[in-house]
Amino acid sequence: MSDAASPKSSASPQPSAGRIERRFRELAQTGELGLVAYITAGDPSLEATEKIVLAAAEAGADVIELGVPFSDPVADGPTIQRAIERALRAGTTLAGVLGLVARLRARTQVPLVLFSYFNPLLQMGLETFAEAAAAAGADGVLATDLTPEEAEDYRAAMRAHGLDTIFLAAPTSTDARLEKIAAVSSGFLYLISRTGVTGAREALPEDLPELARRVRRFTKLPLAVGFGISAPAHVSVLGGIADAAVVGSALVAEVEKASHAEQAAENVAGLIRLLKRAARQGISRRTERPT
Amino acid sequence: MTSPTPSIASPVPDSRGRYGPYGGRYVPETLVAPLEELERAYAEACADPAFHAGLDALLHDFAGRPTPLQFASRLTERLGGPRIYLKREDLLHTGAHKINNCLGQGLLAVRMGKKRVIAETGAGQHGVATATVAARLGLSCTVYMGTEDMERQRLNVFRMRLLGAEVVGVDAGSRTLKDAINEAMRDWVTNVRTSHYLLGSVLGAHPYPQIVRDFQKIIGEEAREQILRAEKRLPDHLYACVGGGSNSIGLFHAFLGDAGVKMVGIEAGGRGKSLGEHAARLGAAHGFTGARPGVLQGTYTYVLQTADGQIAPTHSISAGLDYPAIGPEHAWLADLGRAEYTSVTDEEAIDAARTLARIEGIIPALESAHAVAGLIQRAPRMKNSEIVILNVSGRGDKDMETLSRYV
Repeated sequence: MSDAASPKSSASPQPSAGRIERRFRELAQTGELGLVAYITAGDPSLEATEKIVLAAAEAGADVIELGVPFSDPVADGPTIQRAIERALRAGTTLAGVLGLVARLRARTQVPLVLFSYFNPLLQMGLETFAEAAAAAGADGVLATDLTPEEAEDYRAAMRAHGLDTIFLAAPTSTDARLEKIAAVSSGFLYLISRTGVTGAREALPEDLPELARRVRRFTKLPLAVGFGISAPAHVSVLGGIADAAVVGSALVAEVEKASHAEQAAENVAGLIRLLKRAARQGISRRTERPT
Repeated sequence: MTSPTPSIASPVPDSRGRYGPYGGRYVPETLVAPLEELERAYAEACADPAFHAGLDALLHDFAGRPTPLQFASRLTERLGGPRIYLKREDLLHTGAHKINNCLGQGLLAVRMGKKRVIAETGAGQHGVATATVAARLGLSCTVYMGTEDMERQRLNVFRMRLLGAEVVGVDAGSRTLKDAINEAMRDWVTNVRTSHYLLGSVLGAHPYPQIVRDFQKIIGEEAREQILRAEKRLPDHLYACVGGGSNSIGLFHAFLGDAGVKMVGIEAGGRGKSLGEHAARLGAAHGFTGARPGVLQGTYTYVLQTADGQIAPTHSISAGLDYPAIGPEHAWLADLGRAEYTSVTDEEAIDAARTLARIEGIIPALESAHAVAGLIQRAPRMKNSEIVILNVSGRGDKDMETLSRYV
């Protein structure tokens, strides 16, 4: 296994592992809620995604999740389903997304997480994928339909190339499962706020604070909460509960509304600034910091 | 019960739902706890004589089991080869084998305190069976169906609605079975605490392939007893069509330990061998392209896909076979060489449906007609002393519109 000290890793301009951790450490120091921005890669083209991601990072997104389009996205609601369809129609492939990561890494140091269903990674070959993703400058990977039990080979491959493995925790996860999930996660832990698919909702679930406290009993990793987070009001509330908010469908909807890439980038940046402002203000200040 | 435990069947699946390398549980985290709950509830039900008694009574009185094993004398004479027996699952209530599994899972849902069942359907037979069982057991029912399938199986849509089920059209992707399963999974992940996902084939995440197989294996258990009574010996060949693979595994399973019994699964050869024109997941040896092991909808198995790992469109005249993946246990049986998989084209299936109708007075479902076509091709090469059991998994009433365009 290679690590940061090995000649192979030190050959790349910057060791990729650690960008996520460093960003969360900085956020913890200021007590500011982080913002994880999900964008479907290739929607409506990889060139557009490049502009959108750079604008999102510039506007203050702390981590970017690049969605790898997959034909059968069972965990996604209608907004992201449509984005994935647009991306696939544009001919987006996993190899293409990795090319995008490399172009982005040349221009920004924002942490980049690849958010994929498992099959495209498996078909590329887990080792080939991990090597290419690390070389391109990705920091972590999340496979939506991969649980710790099925992830042994995957984790070994990602770890060997210094990629963080982010796993999902859900409201239905038992304590025993949370322990397992925490044990295999690195970078941060992604808590699904509610049972259901991705997509904007009116309000946050009432049992979310309790759920987040339960997850914290099993991990010291930063906790990012997603699914249904779309508005500044959600972000304000999350300040006392999580380390970061994941916003996906609301940003993807901005891309969908736009008539060209520059406008999409502007719309996304605008919403991110709004959300970051909510994250920096008032009750967004963390009241109970994890120790 | 019936036969001694077939040796090959006992080690599969393992505790993680693996059939050799295939199967497993690839789902978003939200669904893991409910799958574990289902696994526990199923184990408890299996150990509870009252569950078996309740299921047996429904299978007998409501569904119409046992189904006959009919000697097809005229088809036997026509093909001039082996002695052909038909396992008449088409005579079951709702017209197909699907009700065997629906009654079992329906009772499981009741045991788990779920008030609602969700189902996907391709040909509509599983949807109709689910709607029927939901009505019988007092559960509410939502069925997802691709809009292309709703068009070609309109009668079944009416039947489901008459039975009180909500039928939701799915307009995504290829608008067929695969997309209906995606939407059913999205419903389940949302309503997971109150609803049971009544999956209709030996697909999906563990424990579904095992549960569905176990509720369908009665087909082979009955057939094995019936053929031993009729012929005083085991058959030489079993024939069944394979979409997800529930009727075929149902027929095969009781015979897996009988080394002399050859098993043939017939996939949909559609209208061509290139990707998108067929649903022959195990057809690589016959020149069908695009199938590789991969993960789709919870399980690792042979999947028709692009080089890039996107699931490919499929084609079959039969909605019930029009699906890009095959049940993981079939993938394993294929690798082991324990079962053989081949395919017939749309046209061959139509011809076979016509033949069975005119010679035996049985209009088979287009799915089952694939098995008939497979047998018609191979029967002339078999000896008169050989015995075949073919599973007529469903009846063709639902296919009248499609058939009327050809007859």
